[in-house]
Amino acid sequence: MMNENILTVKNLRVLYGENEIIRDINFSLQRGEIFIIVGKSGGGKSTILKSVAGLLGGGAKIEGQIFFDGRDITNLRADERRKLAGAEIAMIFQNAGASFCPIRTIGAQIFESVAAHKDWTREEFLRRARAIAKNINLDENVLYEYPFKLSGGMAQRAGILAAMILEPKLILADEPTSALDAVTQFSVVKELMNLRKKYGVSIVMVTHNLNVAKYMADEIYTLH
Amino acid sequence: MLKPRYRPLILYVLAAGALILVAIFAPFLTPYDPYVQDLQGALTPPNAQNLLGTDRYGRDVLSRVIMGSQVTICASLLLLAVITVSGSLIGAVCGLKGGRVDTILMRTSDVFLAFPQMVFAIAAAGALGGGLFNAALALALIGWTKYARISRALVLTIKKMPYMDAAKMAGTNSVGMLIYHVLPNIAGPVLVTAALDIGTIIMELAGLSFLGLGAMPPTPEWGAMMNNGRSMLQTSSWVVLAPGAAIFITVAIFNLLGDKLRDILDVKK
Repeated sequence: MMNENILTVKNLRVLYGENEIIRDINFSLQRGEIFIIVGKSGGGKSTILKSVAGLLGGGAKIEGQIFFDGRDITNLRADERRKLAGAEIAMIFQNAGASFCPIRTIGAQIFESVAAHKDWTREEFLRRARAIAKNINLDENVLYEYPFKLSGGMAQRAGILAAMILEPKLILADEPTSALDAVTQFSVVKELMNLRKKYGVSIVMVTHNLNVAKYMADEIYTLH
Repeated sequence: MLKPRYRPLILYVLAAGALILVAIFAPFLTPYDPYVQDLQGALTPPNAQNLLGTDRYGRDVLSRVIMGSQVTICASLLLLAVITVSGSLIGAVCGLKGGRVDTILMRTSDVFLAFPQMVFAIAAAGALGGGLFNAALALALIGWTKYARISRALVLTIKKMPYMDAAKMAGTNSVGMLIYHVLPNIAGPVLVTAALDIGTIIMELAGLSFLGLGAMPPTPEWGAMMNNGRSMLQTSSWVVLAPGAAIFITVAIFNLLGDKLRDILDVKK
């Protein structure tokens, strides 16, 4: 069972009106694999992630097929997509600070994704959040902070915590290191590698940093 | 224990609350009947019996100022509530829906925004005929546009925020998005604008009354009272100064409250 593919993308093509953003995208990754997509800016790297995440806007048209865990998720209904989002597929954003609502604490927002899927008590949530925070070298007090108070590295780790809280099978990471300095970049990369070791999660990551790609990837996909 | 930055807010809330309570219970607080005339005691300067003196018909000015608070403050707050809710709702719908709905509603608001607010209100109140209700209606007709603009712009910005995508990726449903992300993020700026607007609206309503387009005699309304006493400013100044001071104090309290509210709601401070 362990060799079964967690994600398979077949002949993916995305159009905005007449505008073709990507075409002939084919790849698959196995459980626990780190798959890196590289390519020039504006090449449609993020579009691939958004197609998998179901975050493409209403104007976009998706052709081809995306299989997650053996199930076709290309054009899911909104309620089916909600069941997957967070619980099975999670996302780490490029600017993690902005991926948190500015007027609520980090903890309250992470609890929101928990409440959408599980009936954990607040204590249960905090216990699990603290455990993950410890694993990714994040001060647990971050849960009580507002997003603007966090440094870039802390925000990115908080983003990883938010993505990992429900222990999803697949993490989509959209240039998670591009807004960070070299030292912080390295530590975030290390935490992502650790996630796989500790939780066995598969990661699809978009980056334009070839060093990061070479260091992390089991497989690199170059977008032309 | 209350954080120090909240203390001034509490003070302003208490002051504004006291004003609203006075407005609500005005009929029970007046020392004299604000409508009873006593021509022999007309234009008595402030004294122990009539703390703020009497007007040209011998009516107790203090009683009329207290009674006037009911008309002025209640009408202003009601008007503000109507334009804030309707304006924000229209703006939010435009922001979320876009397309033809957005175009029609926003071009309509552009038409209203092309007029200077007070000039439009005077024209509308004049066309509708005098009276407090018509004056408020005239102000409401043009007042909603500001809130529609603000909330539409806010919703458009929020829609594109990464945290909306993040919320979607967290499995939050559309009601949750509205309650947790859209409304709280537009509520702050809209509420602060509303709080800062209370003063302006009180002045505009009083202004229309002052021009004879608002409250009709013998209704005690601060702007109308000032208009009635205008010619006596040099001989019996208390008739004008008392309602004038009432407007000044009320507007100041609500403006300070709005300012403080803006500071508090801005979490970045």
